[in-house]
Amino acid sequence: MGATSHGVPAIRLEGITKQFGGASDAAAVAGIDLEVRDGEFFSLLGPSGSGKTTTLRMIAGFERPTSGRIFLHGEDVTDLPPFDRDVNTVFQDYALFPHMSVAENVAYGLEVRHVPSSERAVRVKEALRMVRLEGYDSRRPAQLSGGQRQRVALARALVNRPRVLLLDEPLGALDLKLREEMQIELKAIQSEVGITFIYVTHDQQEALTMSDRLAVFNRGRIEQIGAPAEVYEHPLTAFVAGFVGSSNLIAAEAAQALLGQSGRFAIRPEKIRLGEPTDKVGADEHSALGKIKTVVYLGAETRFIIALDMGGDLMVTQQNLKESSMEALSAQGRAVRLTWKRGHVLTLADDPHAVSA
Amino acid sequence: MSIPEGPRANLPQRRSLSRRVTSWFNAHPRATLRTLLAGPLGWIGLVYLGSLLVLLLHAFWAKDSFTGKVEPFNWTLDAFIQIASNPVYSTIALRTIGIALLVTITDVLLALPIAYYMARIASPRKRGLLLVAVTMPLWASYLVKVYAWRTILQGNGFLGWALAPFGIEGPGLSEITNAWIVLSYLWLPYMILPIYAGLERIPNSLLEASADLGGRAGMTFRRVIFPQLIPALAAGSIFTFSLSLGDYIVPDLVADAKFIGNVIYDNSALGNFPVAAAFSILPVVVMIGYLLVTRRLGAFDSL
Repeated sequence: MGATSHGVPAIRLEGITKQFGGASDAAAVAGIDLEVRDGEFFSLLGPSGSGKTTTLRMIAGFERPTSGRIFLHGEDVTDLPPFDRDVNTVFQDYALFPHMSVAENVAYGLEVRHVPSSERAVRVKEALRMVRLEGYDSRRPAQLSGGQRQRVALARALVNRPRVLLLDEPLGALDLKLREEMQIELKAIQSEVGITFIYVTHDQQEALTMSDRLAVFNRGRIEQIGAPAEVYEHPLTAFVAGFVGSSNLIAAEAAQALLGQSGRFAIRPEKIRLGEPTDKVGADEHSALGKIKTVVYLGAETRFIIALDMGGDLMVTQQNLKESSMEALSAQGRAVRLTWKRGHVLTLADDPHAVSA
Repeated sequence: MSIPEGPRANLPQRRSLSRRVTSWFNAHPRATLRTLLAGPLGWIGLVYLGSLLVLLLHAFWAKDSFTGKVEPFNWTLDAFIQIASNPVYSTIALRTIGIALLVTITDVLLALPIAYYMARIASPRKRGLLLVAVTMPLWASYLVKVYAWRTILQGNGFLGWALAPFGIEGPGLSEITNAWIVLSYLWLPYMILPIYAGLERIPNSLLEASADLGGRAGMTFRRVIFPQLIPALAAGSIFTFSLSLGDYIVPDLVADAKFIGNVIYDNSALGNFPVAAAFSILPVVVMIGYLLVTRRLGAFDSL
């Protein structure tokens, strides 16, 4: 990624590694360089154990990197303890103080920093308003639902007006409906306060929906950094193509036979058109013949697994525009022609780590 | 027909009896509970509380001043008047309560860092070793430990020998501070273990959250750790306080001083049971007061 035009980045990581245990153990974070712009909603996306949470914890100051430097707004904070860093964290388990009321929890950071009590009251009220928890001041965390605790945790962090807010899978424990609501709300709050958000998640849908930019983590390294559409439309590696959305990965002989090229490629299942074997193929299109092997009805769309006549399977998804569920399911065993635009074939790097972040 | 039927007819009948009992208990859960608890509750009610009641009654019975015999059901407040009018008794009572408080505070101060290290810093191996080290003294006899302290504290004992090069004499065996030191030593494990358990229950993320919000170590301890440790401190202090309050061997053997227990012992040895009983009510009242105060502080809210 290039230099930012916004001046000093909110966060800059230089060659960060983190090794837990002995040198023989695999590194949790194996060399990361990253710049997050001021005011950005930036997601760290990856499967569990990919190093994203460890990276967040190093930014917060809970872990010390084995090597590398961390800069917050240009200041080297690598050696500073958490309480001397101008960042706040929303924890995965919320980490609310059980012996304090909601208002006391939210006021804690202000009290510690000796903000006068009159100003404290105003700011706590404002923070609780922002997360729509007015009137809950005197409740204990144990008397709140999961979603409400989540909001208290958010208010407790935001009330300190940090320059960077770190969120560690904050919606992970909520059910789907609530999670979708909170996604929209978090995004709205972020644009209201204008604080840089660093958001750790393993949910690619969430990262795509909310982020200005995201970094895809795999095995302690960053495989790709970019805007959601960029990462989705142009995945650089097989891992990114498979983890962000789903993809048909095509390599070696299959690539030669199907695409007439050698290398590693991917095609998104929704970019493939399903048609009659007699359908014409355009000049700018690839095509293959096969039979429908499996039909999975998903409500809004249907997923087909096609056994190609030349060998191998391809996954195709189609919007259920006209078909009903019965029609879709009855398609099993039918001979079909698959066509896709040449431009929709994604070219992947051979070695994932040859991609520089 | 009747011969082959005999044994077969017997078996189902027997089975059905045990089955009937089982299913009756199954249908009457409260009766099951009562049957299970009858034994232990009977023991506590009759033997334990009953003997306490007899003790309480003794305090209100008169003693024949000529024969020295206790006269049951001859009600009087003589024993209490005798205690209240004698300043020696109030001195002893205050001394006992004071030392018990001092021992409790000392044990809290000693136990906190040890328990914190065990619960949050030590590796699992070290934690196991420390747990053994903390509980090991409990395996040794109480008297052996007190006599060991005698050999340490007496004039020509270990402490005297170690302090001699500095020109300081050993404390001897008539200092009241000895009782404080030895009682603090004896009851320390009872303070460390509940605090350790209490600290282990506090999730690490709470401490991280406090640091994240700007709290340094002292602030985190005062505002986050300590309030959540109050139940553990109450549990530990009930042990150290009540055990110190009831002790009469330590003050006698290492401090040459009298505690409430010594007064009770001496009076019952003289056959003056009403005074012994009246005086033994004092620690009970003090402990009830102490429990009420700790409950007020919310010590049992999370139990």
